[in-house]
Amino acid sequence: MTSVADIMADADKPRRWGWWYVTELRLREMRGYVSYVVTSSFANPLMYLLALGIGLANLIPEGMDGVPFLVFVAPALLMSTILTIGAEEGMYPVLSGFKWHKIFFAIHATPVTPGQIVGGFLVHLTIRFTFTAGVFFGFLILFGAVPLASGWVMIPISILGAFSILTPLGAYAARLEDDTGQFALIQRLVVMPMFLFSGTFFPLSQVPDWLEWVGWVSPLWHATQLGRTFSYGAIEPMWLSATHLVVLVAYSAIGGYFMHRSFVARLTK
Amino acid sequence: MIRAENIAKKYGDFVAVDGISFEVQRGESFGLLGPNGAGKSTTMKMIAAVSTRTSGNLEVLGMDPNTDGPAIRSQLGVVPQEDNLDQELRVRENLITYGRFFGMSHAAVAKRADELLEFAQLTDRAKSKVEPLSGGMKRRLTIARSLMNDPQMLLLDEPTTGLDPQARHILWDRLFRLKEQGTTLVLTTHYMDEAEQLSDRIVVVDKGAIMAEGSPAQLIRQYSSKEVLEVRYGSDKNSTVAKSIADVGERQEILPDRILIYSDNGERDLAEITKRGHHPMTSLVRRSSLEDVFLRLTGRSLVE
Ligand SMILES: Nc1ncnc2c1ncn2[C@@H]1O[C@H](COP(=O)(O)OP(=O)(O)O)[C@@H](O)[C@H]1O
Ligand SMILES: [Mg+2]
Repeated sequence: MTSVADIMADADKPRRWGWWYVTELRLREMRGYVSYVVTSSFANPLMYLLALGIGLANLIPEGMDGVPFLVFVAPALLMSTILTIGAEEGMYPVLSGFKWHKIFFAIHATPVTPGQIVGGFLVHLTIRFTFTAGVFFGFLILFGAVPLASGWVMIPISILGAFSILTPLGAYAARLEDDTGQFALIQRLVVMPMFLFSGTFFPLSQVPDWLEWVGWVSPLWHATQLGRTFSYGAIEPMWLSATHLVVLVAYSAIGGYFMHRSFVARLTK
Repeated sequence: MIRAENIAKKYGDFVAVDGISFEVQRGESFGLLGPNGAGKSTTMKMIAAVSTRTSGNLEVLGMDPNTDGPAIRSQLGVVPQEDNLDQELRVRENLITYGRFFGMSHAAVAKRADELLEFAQLTDRAKSKVEPLSGGMKRRLTIARSLMNDPQMLLLDEPTTGLDPQARHILWDRLFRLKEQGTTLVLTTHYMDEAEQLSDRIVVVDKGAIMAEGSPAQLIRQYSSKEVLEVRYGSDKNSTVAKSIADVGERQEILPDRILIYSDNGERDLAEITKRGHHPMTSLVRRSSLEDVFLRLTGRSLVE
């Protein structure tokens, strides 16, 4: 008969690598929709750059914030693209893993823990976001929209920004019994306004005062502003840049904590 | 393998499992028989270390599921009531990815997946998607998946519910094979024939509590008679006839559509009834089953 000690030793590998097995699974599942990910990764930046960067830039020859409009808007385009995908990934795929697809329950029947399921899920998304942000960044370079060499730092910032939206939404989605329109509402009342009022197309200072708070609570504004300092050396006080980073990390960490709690609650109910 | 003492599970104020106790030995085939809502799945989830119990003592493989969940789960095979196969993957990939969760190497999962596809008679569907498989095939795939880690104990929650008779028999045959190989089986069902086919020992559960325990034969001996006579007089006449034949047999159950008369000689009872002038529309003498045991214990039938 196998002793408890033997069993514990057996379970050692999944105890250390469980998160990676989950990532492996998500990567394999991705084969089914990889063409979508690749196509949209290329099509999105191209569309944005042509429409906003080139089209709109011609209307604003004087530029903005002391740089050509394309340079000003480029970090915002990158950030809003990756953050929007982050918001999507935190909603439907999370609920689906419990409700329709039920794959989280299947994984939890094995030695893999709820924490490792969350971890593997996020690691897979990190890989995916890195790819999409990398392609986007490549287009920005191609269009001459990133003057500084430090511009690549926008890629990790965009991923951090994506997680700062994804994890709070994931914490919420994991507790939903069903989607009866909540996701569409979040899309319209949270994600869209954030996109419009986060100093994306014009500086936050030009947003009416009574709407400025939207920017301050918006991960998109913090990610975009931080991106601008690395992309073209936008001038802002050091404390403000530090605040951007702190806010993004805080959203991600607190969101991650609650997302983990939601997963534990649902999987051990 | 399992020692449960007075385990209970509450969802808020609702008591789903109300203090049940049982033991399961290595190599045994153990069944939880009860109607829908009895608390069978909840009990299985507590054993499988995926649902935290509210109270009581539970030991699975010498460990406590509330604290040593991952170690326990590493040794179990689980077939949940609802299939949760990965629809985004192919049949064989479902096995491979699942095996990885137990820390098996890529080579080991590939080899094991091929063996189990053979066992589950799904080799020719290896590259198929999951969605187009029949219910029976999905169930077999789920069983194959649960065997990836060569588990010490297999938990099957309603393995054949919703399948047609032919698919059920194929599945029973596969499970019988596992039983013969000495795999410890714990299964739940609300089909008495399934419980009789696959379990050495059964507990009858209803409303979160255990009503009786024993081998199918023991239970029938203890709670029912050797034979059962079923007579039908049409729904409006059943109860009036019942009054005038109340002394026939050892015991009777008056159901809306028929009267069940329990005794050791059904033919003799039928002759007696006919002699009294109550010719039934149809009659049937059969052996007692677990269905009768359940009816005796709860006054209700297993499948509504
Ligand atoms: N997650 C849950 N939340 C609330 N009640 C539940 C939950 N799961 C099961 N129940 C209730 O507990 C009882 C037992 O359910 P279950 O264990 O699934 O029964 P069985 O498997 O025997 O049909 C049922 O009344 C069911 O409605
Ligand atoms: Mg059930």
